[in-house]
Amino acid sequence: MEEKKKAKKRVQMREQDPLKRARNFEEVPYAYSPEEAMEEASRCLVCKRPACMGGCPVEVNIPAFISLIKDGKFVEACYKIKEKNSFPAVCGRVCPQEVQCEARCLVGKKGEPVAVGNLERFVADYEAEKGEVKLPEKPKPTGRKVAVIGSGPGGLTCASDLIQAGHQVTLFEALHKAGGVLVYGIPEFRLPKAIVGREVEYIQKLGVEVVVNAVVGRLYTVDELLNEQGYDAVYIGIGAGLPMFLGIPGENLNGVYSANEFLTRANLMKAYLFPEYDTPIKVAKRPAIVGGGNVAMDSARVALRLGAEKVYLIYRRSEAEMPARKAEVHHAHEEGIEFLLLTNPTGFIDDGKGNVCAVECVKMELGEPDESGRRRPIPVKGSEFQVEIDVAISALGARANPLLPKTMPDLKLNKKGYIMADETGMTSARGVFAGGDIVTGAATVISAMGAGRKAATAINDYLKWKYWDFRGPQ
Amino acid sequence: MFKILKKQELSEFVTLFEFEAKDIAKKAEAGNFFILKIHEEGERIPLTIADFDREKGTLTTVFQKVGKTTEHLGTLNEGDFISDVIGPLGVSSHIENFGKVVCVGGGVGIAPVYPITRALKEAGNKVLSIIGARNKDLLFWEDKMRDVSDELVITTDDGSYGRKAVVTVPLEEFLKGGDIDMVIAIGPAIMMKFVCKTTEKYNVKTVVSLNSIMIDGTGMCGGCRVEVGGETKFCCVDGPEFDGADVNFDLLMERQRMYPDEEKAAMERYTEAIKGGK
Repeated sequence: MEEKKKAKKRVQMREQDPLKRARNFEEVPYAYSPEEAMEEASRCLVCKRPACMGGCPVEVNIPAFISLIKDGKFVEACYKIKEKNSFPAVCGRVCPQEVQCEARCLVGKKGEPVAVGNLERFVADYEAEKGEVKLPEKPKPTGRKVAVIGSGPGGLTCASDLIQAGHQVTLFEALHKAGGVLVYGIPEFRLPKAIVGREVEYIQKLGVEVVVNAVVGRLYTVDELLNEQGYDAVYIGIGAGLPMFLGIPGENLNGVYSANEFLTRANLMKAYLFPEYDTPIKVAKRPAIVGGGNVAMDSARVALRLGAEKVYLIYRRSEAEMPARKAEVHHAHEEGIEFLLLTNPTGFIDDGKGNVCAVECVKMELGEPDESGRRRPIPVKGSEFQVEIDVAISALGARANPLLPKTMPDLKLNKKGYIMADETGMTSARGVFAGGDIVTGAATVISAMGAGRKAATAINDYLKWKYWDFRGPQ
Repeated sequence: MFKILKKQELSEFVTLFEFEAKDIAKKAEAGNFFILKIHEEGERIPLTIADFDREKGTLTTVFQKVGKTTEHLGTLNEGDFISDVIGPLGVSSHIENFGKVVCVGGGVGIAPVYPITRALKEAGNKVLSIIGARNKDLLFWEDKMRDVSDELVITTDDGSYGRKAVVTVPLEEFLKGGDIDMVIAIGPAIMMKFVCKTTEKYNVKTVVSLNSIMIDGTGMCGGCRVEVGGETKFCCVDGPEFDGADVNFDLLMERQRMYPDEEKAAMERYTEAIKGGK
């Protein structure tokens, strides 16, 4: 009886106390101990036809790696994951497991699903700590050269796969540090930058040349890479880079940030360590974050850690419709973020000196479902109210950045400016593949990794048949 | 890493660097800018491209020491390295034979106006130039500007050199001639604002180059938002040049003053560190 009861609940990761962690940038959960990991692993039924794997965009052999954990073979478990996913330390932390592998777990039908993400994270950290990071054998060089543009999760995955196929790979990054959203977007307390640094080092050890400060489109065009610099193929994984704003009065007041800017200052530029680091950031007493996704949660929790007294999160629908990971919403609640739900900002108020001092809002109610399948929020007449704030952060999602695509006349884009690619990542331009947010619109780290992997496979094929009669995706 | 090849103190506050940046120099055009970060803990700041040499593979920039980062930059010497340089950024100047143009450079703005003036001259324009500064010590590149202009007027606020006037005075005299086809003005926001007020009366198209606070320079952060013709634009990718008649200069100036306390704190800390011999 005792045994069965235990199996229903997963082994929780111990966490930093909410009030303490709200003032530091250290990670929220403490890792599993080896005993805890083995105990959690023992809950896995090792299904013959594992449903979990179908939920994983990169098809990690989940039952196999969990079985190895059961036997205490942690490093081997990590190698097993790395057969399919080069970056388990990242994915264990930021994948939305609750809607992927864990959502399909059989154990989850009658209790909590096996904590696949926590286990993945455990073995990745264990491998790194024990210094047993294994490099695969060097493949036979193919003599082909591939340029990967954008060093976010998609670019890292694509570069890692291509180098292991024997191609020469250069990874171009526009910022001064590689990692893309893993470095500028996701905060330290959710994904320590040392881990990202480790993953970038890993692909460098595999032989990938990483070139930072390279804004492709300005410094080099894709055409030049292919026709002058000797690259045989190009992968574009540049993400959806442009921030969206609300388009309401007062949005250009001082103190109104895009989440991109706020997070880039804090994460990439380490403004939370100002003045040891030179980049400043407004330390707000009462910041308001607008949005309901992971980026909104990250911005709210960064603002809190910078020293805010009260952090508001303004979202126009209800909590049920929030696209953020459940764990992030839960952590935000625990840390004392105040949720202003069914609320929409209509304007920012000037303090008379060009700084934001309040946000004007209107209450919303949910009507019929819209094209996203979620109930459409409608303003409630006469429900306007003001909230006193000193910083506002728009976390409303992103758009396609035209900087690179507009330099490629033969690259087909859709109406919103995203690159059109088939399911393998092939675009309308010869030798050019694309994937991740710049194709699909803003999505997740793991789906970008999945796209990077698929494109690497397609690029392998293309390089075998480079001189085929190219017609582009039909 | 980008090596500084030449350093020249143009005045007590204004410094010139010529540094290695082979690939950027290959692509740089008049009107572009770049972003640099001095070292690991540094901030990213945009600076103008004052010149480029494609054969030598170098960029030239001129900067004024106005805060911690530019003060620190000014302490670097020939042979030293800058950790990160990103560019060329921004839309390049639209150059064609407009006819008769006036190029106005104010203070450190003389530097970026130079390659544009040169390009306009090469395109066949008749070029009238005005360079101005608060005093004689802050003026530079008189010879270079004279070389690429049909006529050059120099002004100082205090009359220590050239005419005692602000740049809009000789500008208005040129405009009164009635045959000016375009004006380009680069300098402090307040100068560009008054240049536009002056040209507005004569209905002459005026191009200005804006210098807002930036981080990435590729359109990602939106920190460089400016209002042009009632619409929000990103200075880094939509600009830095805009039609001056449409620019909300007051907003630009307010946004340039976003971090007064932080700038002061950083500067004080830096000055202390220098005194302490660090």
